[in-house]
Amino acid sequence: MRLTAGTRLAAATTAAALTFGLAACSGDDSSDGPVSLTFWTWAPEMEAVVDIWNEQNPDIQVTVNKQDGGDAAVTKLLTAIKAGSGAPDLMQAEYQAIPTMVSSDALADISDVLADDVAGHFPEGVWNAVTLGSDAVYAVPQDSGPMQFYYRADVFAELGLEVPTTWDEYADVAAQVRAADPSKYLGTFSATDAGWFTGLAQQAGASWWSIDGDSWEVSVDDEPTLRVAEYWGGLVEEGVIDNKPMYTPEWNAALNDGSQIGWLSAVWAPGVLAGNAPDTAGLWEMAPMPQWDADEPATGNWGGSATAVTTQSEHPEEAAEFVTWLNTSPEGVEALADISGIYPADSAGQEALGDSPEFFSNQEDFYEIAAQTASTAGSFTYGPNVNVAYSAYNDQFGKAAEARSKADFVAAVETMQETTRSNLVDSGFSVAD
Amino acid sequence: MSDLLDRSAPGTPIAAPSGKGGDRRGRGHDRPSWAATGILLIGALYCLLPVVWVLVASSKSAAELFSTFTFAPSTFLLDNVADLAAYRGGLFWRWMANTALYAGVGALLSTIVSAMAGYGLAKYSFTGKKVVFNTLLAGVLVPAVVLAIPQYLLFAQVGLTNTYWAVLLPSIISPYGIYLARIYAAAAVPDDVVEAARTDGAKELKIFRSIAVPMMAPGLVTVFLFQFVGIWNNYMLPYIMLGDDKLFPLTVGLSGLLNQGASQPAMYTSVITGALLSIIPLIALFLTLQRYWQVDLAAGAVKS
Repeated sequence: MRLTAGTRLAAATTAAALTFGLAACSGDDSSDGPVSLTFWTWAPEMEAVVDIWNEQNPDIQVTVNKQDGGDAAVTKLLTAIKAGSGAPDLMQAEYQAIPTMVSSDALADISDVLADDVAGHFPEGVWNAVTLGSDAVYAVPQDSGPMQFYYRADVFAELGLEVPTTWDEYADVAAQVRAADPSKYLGTFSATDAGWFTGLAQQAGASWWSIDGDSWEVSVDDEPTLRVAEYWGGLVEEGVIDNKPMYTPEWNAALNDGSQIGWLSAVWAPGVLAGNAPDTAGLWEMAPMPQWDADEPATGNWGGSATAVTTQSEHPEEAAEFVTWLNTSPEGVEALADISGIYPADSAGQEALGDSPEFFSNQEDFYEIAAQTASTAGSFTYGPNVNVAYSAYNDQFGKAAEARSKADFVAAVETMQETTRSNLVDSGFSVAD
Repeated sequence: MSDLLDRSAPGTPIAAPSGKGGDRRGRGHDRPSWAATGILLIGALYCLLPVVWVLVASSKSAAELFSTFTFAPSTFLLDNVADLAAYRGGLFWRWMANTALYAGVGALLSTIVSAMAGYGLAKYSFTGKKVVFNTLLAGVLVPAVVLAIPQYLLFAQVGLTNTYWAVLLPSIISPYGIYLARIYAAAAVPDDVVEAARTDGAKELKIFRSIAVPMMAPGLVTVFLFQFVGIWNNYMLPYIMLGDDKLFPLTVGLSGLLNQGASQPAMYTSVITGALLSIIPLIALFLTLQRYWQVDLAAGAVKS
């Protein structure tokens, strides 16, 4: 009996807390008045882009919730989908994450509510990434990341180096850099950036997953990927290329002091360079990727994302309307490029880009080269367990790069294949032999 | 009492070494030993060096951060603070206020619950008491991180995710806090005093409020500080629970500035400056509440 006062108090507190919370929450669901949509994104300044929409569309108000970039946001979304509530209406989704999200039933098929002419705004390879080769449409492409070669033009001139146009030349130049100045490297093999390696493999002609009828096929260990791994393993083994990961304080320091004089990166590189090595502005230039076959220029993609509508959204039509405006209307795409600073996936939007990024003001044809290389990106299909393949990449290539062994690079690809394939089987997907 | 002091030692780096010093004096050495002092100095350096680094690094511009000598200070501290304050319309201050709310209100409620539960477990006998206490002990062993996802799923059922409650409610129950409060209530509140108050006709709640709580105060300060620091530093729970960045605490907000995806530069200077600003309230809190701990130590000495 002595406990009753305490128990009652605790019960009352909990009940009060619950009702208050529920009351606070139920405000969002009112069916009258303007539709409000939440948008999980990590693109910079997206609020300012959305403000333009909100001003013109008082009936459909979009709220931006900025999230951690990349995989973190995916995990969070999938948790909310499993829980049955808490997911946003709109979600920025990296291309490689779309199959994962679709297989978890997180993304709504908006093909019914999307206008027919939307598909025509994008190159076929990019559009394929949001349909997964089916009749459904799971997202509308937002930005893309065609890869190019970025280099310190001043150091190249000083050391008398030619810009490499093939991978053979790249290997030669890498050796020349080491011979001329042992403190410098032409680049590094980053075992922590699976997306980067995927881009290199894509350029060589790889596509790690494919759909064959009703089953998945995994082909990480096909010829192009093995060729790329062997090539980089050779460079690392010889010591002409560094083996340290990118995006570390050490790498940032190397960009600043000029000991990394080249970067195989994507069209968004100026933003990263400006943030990490602001004093090197005007010293960099961009060129198309070194090629395997100079007669058939190709590139890969690193990064890039689409805007999707989640299955928990109660207003998929309005959400699709906003997504269409954001990614295909001249006004929306221009705002994305100018305010948010991303490289739009929309073909017309890419051509409309004029002035080079401020960091590359020394190079007038920046966006010309970008658009020209973007059109040469090969088609690459992602599977539902990209995260497994990527973490296998981190594990295996981490060890191989540390060991500086060409044989280990090749073995790493084979282990990636094995891990990825058996995980797909274990997850219950139908996988072709 | 000595048991209690030992248990609070991990949170108070000062307490453990002073215990060792006491042993030495017991053996008749009055002068401090060079070895002990040396070890303590290394320990202090180990703890303070990262703080010095944060202080120095937050005074550097983005260009200097990775290019100048690590411990060479610069003059950009105010610029960095201004940049951080300007980030998306002063969102950083909102995160700071959120963190203060989560940690302040959460720790206060948790202390009240711990005091009540601990006092109840220590001073009343009822069936199932042992089971309750053993369950609590088991709860002490389960890391809060493990509970974050189950808690998310439960909160989603009642529609409480993405609200302030999602972070506040799980912070209120702290098995360790209840455990500490129980030990403290058993040691600091004599049964005779409670009995005397009952004989005088005082109600149970009145006895708890007016007699037990003041006697337990130093222990409750410890519980409060533990919870406050725990919630202030908590990352996993708010990260999973919250989608709206206006509800974020500092930990989740600052990590977002670092994880911008490969295509954006991480905002290192802003994050470092933010980390510096975020430890200031903690230091202030420790300095103001420190004297209660001194009372605690003195009280222990007299009674034992």
